Amino acid sequence: MTDFITVTFTVATFASGVRLATPYLLAALGETLGQRSGVLNLGVDGVMLLGAFFSYWAVLQTDSIAVGLLVGIGVGLLLGVVYATVTVVFRAEQGISGIGIFLFGLGMSALLFEEWVGTPRPISSFDKLAIPLLSDIPKIGDMFFNHNLLVYVSMLLVPGLTLLVNRTTFGLNVRAVGETPEAADSLGVSVARTRAICILIGNGLAGLAGAALAIEIGIFQHNLTNQIGFIAIALVYFGAWRPTGVVAGSLLYGLVTSTVNQWKTAGLVTGAASSFTTMAPALLTIVALVVIARRTAAQPAALTLPFVRGH
Amino acid sequence: MLAGRRARSRRATLARLGGISVGGSAVILALLIGAAMILGLGANPLEGYGELLKGAFGGTEELAESAAKAMPLLFVGTGICVAFRAKVINIGGEGQIIAGGLLSTMTALAVPDLPAIVLIPVVLFMGLVGGAIWGGIPGALKAYLGVNEILSTIMLNLVAVQLFNYLLRAPLMDPKQIELGTRIPQTKRLSENADLPILIEGTRFHLGVVVALIAAAVAWFFLWRTTTGYRVRAVGASAPAARYAGMPVKRMTMLALTISGALGGLAGACLVFGSETHRLQTEGFATGFTGSAGFNGIVAALFGGLHPLFTIPSSFLFGGLLVGANAMQRVIQIPVDLVIGLNGLIVVFVVSSNTLRERLSRYMSIAGEAAEHEEAGAHPAPVVDEAGTTEPADADALDGDDDPVRTLESEP
Repeated sequence: MTDFITVTFTVATFASGVRLATPYLLAALGETLGQRSGVLNLGVDGVMLLGAFFSYWAVLQTDSIAVGLLVGIGVGLLLGVVYATVTVVFRAEQGISGIGIFLFGLGMSALLFEEWVGTPRPISSFDKLAIPLLSDIPKIGDMFFNHNLLVYVSMLLVPGLTLLVNRTTFGLNVRAVGETPEAADSLGVSVARTRAICILIGNGLAGLAGAALAIEIGIFQHNLTNQIGFIAIALVYFGAWRPTGVVAGSLLYGLVTSTVNQWKTAGLVTGAASSFTTMAPALLTIVALVVIARRTAAQPAALTLPFVRGH
Repeated sequence: MLAGRRARSRRATLARLGGISVGGSAVILALLIGAAMILGLGANPLEGYGELLKGAFGGTEELAESAAKAMPLLFVGTGICVAFRAKVINIGGEGQIIAGGLLSTMTALAVPDLPAIVLIPVVLFMGLVGGAIWGGIPGALKAYLGVNEILSTIMLNLVAVQLFNYLLRAPLMDPKQIELGTRIPQTKRLSENADLPILIEGTRFHLGVVVALIAAAVAWFFLWRTTTGYRVRAVGASAPAARYAGMPVKRMTMLALTISGALGGLAGACLVFGSETHRLQTEGFATGFTGSAGFNGIVAALFGGLHPLFTIPSSFLFGGLLVGANAMQRVIQIPVDLVIGLNGLIVVFVVSSNTLRERLSRYMSIAGEAAEHEEAGAHPAPVVDEAGTTEPADADALDGDDDPVRTLESEP
């Protein structure tokens, strides 16, 4: 028992936690942008599943991770076009249409996997990219600076998105459209276009998140995400619609998952009891939702409300 | 007054017909896309759909199988209708089915010797209780703490699945599995006294199907013929107005989710005791037990216009699609997952078509009004549906023949 509570163990757990946080973070950042513009996208999990499947399949065909990642983004963008049409053009109920996208992704990814792949074959995973000098720092280096490229990219997206939302004209439009679309519209900001762009970026990131998950694990299977997409949506609430809050939540999830995994491999939790550790992230989310429920002021005022000019 | 009421319901019927035709087009469009996919995967869509239809509705046995498959969809769908009328979205069907299945199984294990006439109602009731707890938790969290119910119900699905896995791997596991060392996560064969009787000899049509039909009828009666049901709808139509009228808004919100969960729990109990193996088993995921009814029930309810009675034929249709998909898989080797994917498309099409449906129903109701004018020379109240324009999303979601807003105005 005491063997496991050593420094090596902690560093390994932490490093794996940072890596596992990446799909959560990518999906949650995309969802953050969408929600800031007033669009709730419940279809993230479906987009992730299709992104994961197609990128897995692409890597299987080409043996190139770069192609896999691009395919993931492409699938996300394509579904983004669908979702933007449904929610912005047809002004459909966002919660329900998202569930539709989720079911679509769940069914289609399983169908295509059966038809095109059949028996699961592993694909090559990410190469580590140690950052010179920084990765040589004892402990810290292994925790933060010895990961694959996508981990750094997702981390850099946090300040990137913060700047985009808070310091650019586009970001100002996004916030205006998410808080008071009528005012934005009267000032000549196109509500539909701003929201559509946010949906596209959000879905692209969700597709990338799916690709990251499939390539990280190196395999695809039915319902690979196991509702990571839904947890990512919860993380947006958890992070109070700010990228910095979202990254904190994602890291927490990554760490919880990696700790649970380490416990399982170490034989600390065995058999039936492992169900409880698998349950932990969901319970944590419910607790987090209760805690943040009081901070509704942070929620974009026009979230889930379709915009109709003149009303 | 009476004439006004009749005119209203007539206009509503016309509006609903418009709605159904839009829903029908959504299914046809989804099936066309499915056909293109089957073609792309190198199989014959006509042959596939032929098998699907035959497998779903081709004979007594097939029809009974479709009805049995529709049973959980109808329970969950009815629950979705109730929740939606209170403007609550319940995505927790999967978890609620599992909770009901677990509690009713434990009951049957605890008191296996009760006579069937007592045990069957008892296990069904315990299923209802299990689901009510699993729906009541997010209900209370939403009503009293303002927790988003979509997210909390999804999280409770994950919790329920793991609880399910744990209980079947440890305390509830069949002693024989432990003895033999095979450790398949399943219970022993449950008491024969709890078996839901088969109502049509030689088919899968069991008592649970009838219970589901009764549940849908009761839900309709509750929503439109009782004071509490009226309050639930009033809260859904406008929470501030309901509060102003002195209604217990929070309690109604919680009640709607609890009822919704209870119906899911009943589905779980009927799935266990109406199953062919008469035991509860897990494959590690929810779908093995629920057949994704927690999600497909949403599709059925939406397609049924979020009305419990229209959800009956709608569930039967989707149950048939799922049964037929198995037949299709056997012949043209296209996995049943196709139907899950197409269900998703149907949802997207139905909700997208709401703008269209709104226009269509307005047109229909104006046409209906004109016809009345000619008939009776009466002067009915103007029927321009303002609700649809002030709050488009909500009005669409709550649209039904008894538009909550309009009903409110008509009551004294």
